Amino acid sequence: MNFNFTEEQKMIQQAAKDFAVRELLPDVIERDTKAEFPTAHIKKLSELGFLGMMTAPEYDGGGMDTISYVLAMEEISKVDASVSVIMSVCNSLVNWGLETYGTEAQKEKYLKPLARGEKIGAFLLSEPEAGSDATKQRTTAEDKGDYYLLNGTKNWITNAASASVYLVIAHTNPEKAHKGINAFIVEKDSPGITLGPHEDKMGMRSSDTHSVMFTDVKVPKENRIGEDGFGFSFAMKTLDGGRIGIASQALGLASGALERSIQYAKERKAFGTEIANHQAIAFKIADMAVKIENARNLCLKAAWLKDNKQPYGLMSAMAKQYCADIAMEVTTEAVQIHGGYGYVKEYHVERLMREAKLTQIYEGTSEIQKIVISRSLLK
Amino acid sequence: MKILVCISDVPDTTTKVKFKDDNTAFETAGVQWVINPWDELSLTRAVEMKEKTPGLIDNITVVTVGPKESEATIRKALAIGADNAIRVDALPKDAFYVASQIAEAVKNENFDIILTGIDSADYNGSAVGGMLAEMLDLTSVSSVSSLNAENSKVTVTREIEGGTETIEAATPFLAIVQKGIAIEPKIPAMRGIMMARTKPLKVVEPADSETLTHIEKFEMPQAKGACKKFDAEGVDELVNLLHNEAKMI
Repeated sequence: MNFNFTEEQKMIQQAAKDFAVRELLPDVIERDTKAEFPTAHIKKLSELGFLGMMTAPEYDGGGMDTISYVLAMEEISKVDASVSVIMSVCNSLVNWGLETYGTEAQKEKYLKPLARGEKIGAFLLSEPEAGSDATKQRTTAEDKGDYYLLNGTKNWITNAASASVYLVIAHTNPEKAHKGINAFIVEKDSPGITLGPHEDKMGMRSSDTHSVMFTDVKVPKENRIGEDGFGFSFAMKTLDGGRIGIASQALGLASGALERSIQYAKERKAFGTEIANHQAIAFKIADMAVKIENARNLCLKAAWLKDNKQPYGLMSAMAKQYCADIAMEVTTEAVQIHGGYGYVKEYHVERLMREAKLTQIYEGTSEIQKIVISRSLLK
Repeated sequence: MKILVCISDVPDTTTKVKFKDDNTAFETAGVQWVINPWDELSLTRAVEMKEKTPGLIDNITVVTVGPKESEATIRKALAIGADNAIRVDALPKDAFYVASQIAEAVKNENFDIILTGIDSADYNGSAVGGMLAEMLDLTSVSSVSSLNAENSKVTVTREIEGGTETIEAATPFLAIVQKGIAIEPKIPAMRGIMMARTKPLKVVEPADSETLTHIEKFEMPQAKGACKKFDAEGVDELVNLLHNEAKMI
């Protein structure tokens, strides 16, 4: 076993940390308050290559491994999870899905500008009545010969307004249940697409989340991904990797909260000494650190399995569930350690707590992860 | 035009400094090494100039005197945008030794501009730049806070007492750079990190050279005294202590 990171991985970690502290931290509270999309920040992030960091160089990506991605996601999430979720959707879901299952023509036309960060992607799976149960897709794509005709509504879509490329999951043959599902590349400016209002969320407020309505949207036949009926499998395989992204985001929220708690505990005095000297606080710090270390190891193991071409679905589900749940616990404790200051925006930890909640819900709730884990063990 | 940026790797500024061998050597165990901040800013400026004016600057080389472990720092410099690197395989013993090694390694390379940081964040010698210019028989310009090149015309701004001085510098020359040369160090992009894997890194054996100094001992600075606080009515006492005790006024 080798727990050492390569020099390159450490360099990427440091680059992400420098970017987060220098570019994201100064106005993160303001963007959260105003629910303002980080347009300028995402442009810089894309210029540094983070939005396509795992895509192969031949498709204009950075060619970095999943370990590096976890390290970068953790550093950026310590400061601004609204930015890291944009990065996660682009890398784990859209780019990976296109690179792994797209045709060469699809990669040339859509993947390359996404990997260069010139365009942003979105992944459209959830529906008003199909969240965790992804087989109950009501969006339909009717085969019209040369094209598919797309109708339906997608919910909770990250990057819905900022993306130019959508990957849409829809039923082409509802009678075939999940075998009648397909995935399509849809250009956002296609006629017939309308966006719902910006969702006013509890956390991750500066990422743009909308519902997306499709009304007789024509999708060229060549924009279907994979063989007919591959869509459900495409979505599930893509989400396996997506879970590593959200797990490392949750990890970053937790480790960011711990760093702030340690700093605060060493400065804040009560009863004549720094609160770090009170065992009640010191033990909280210890408990938080142990959970974070476990979470990081799960993330890195899932990433290592993926990098080494080994099955990683079980480990990524474990990482997603555990990291999300401990992120909620750790950020809540961070607010408690900060006392009244933790409850105001200036000290950041209340925002980290609000953001952590979402990691237990999106890209598969913690309960869904437990279904994935238990089914894998009990089959 | 060819630019050489001299870089050294120094302990990260958050390092807890400890000494060993009866306080005659710095304890390097567990230390995180980074590019000396002035050197990183120098390199950033060189890369900015290369990117801004395509064709004007053909090549940026970085050179360091250091052991194999310093290659992590060199790779970061390559990721930031240097084209190639030279490592003199030796421990940097003192300023004269380091300047001698760099001079020997680059004397036939005909660099147009050589950049050195005004000092290193560890030993603060502020001596390598001047020595290197002398050894290479180059003009040196000190306290450089701005560097610009347009066509073959190079202008340099220096910090002088009470203001700045801008001069036109004939190449080749050596600039000893300080605050202002670049706003902040360039963050390496993914593509730069990837390309750094394959950029040339030449390792050269050290030349025979002497050292002119040796370390007698290191000492930690005295701990700061307790902070004294005065309320708004205590101005007279404050002035009295500043004058008679701290002797500041």
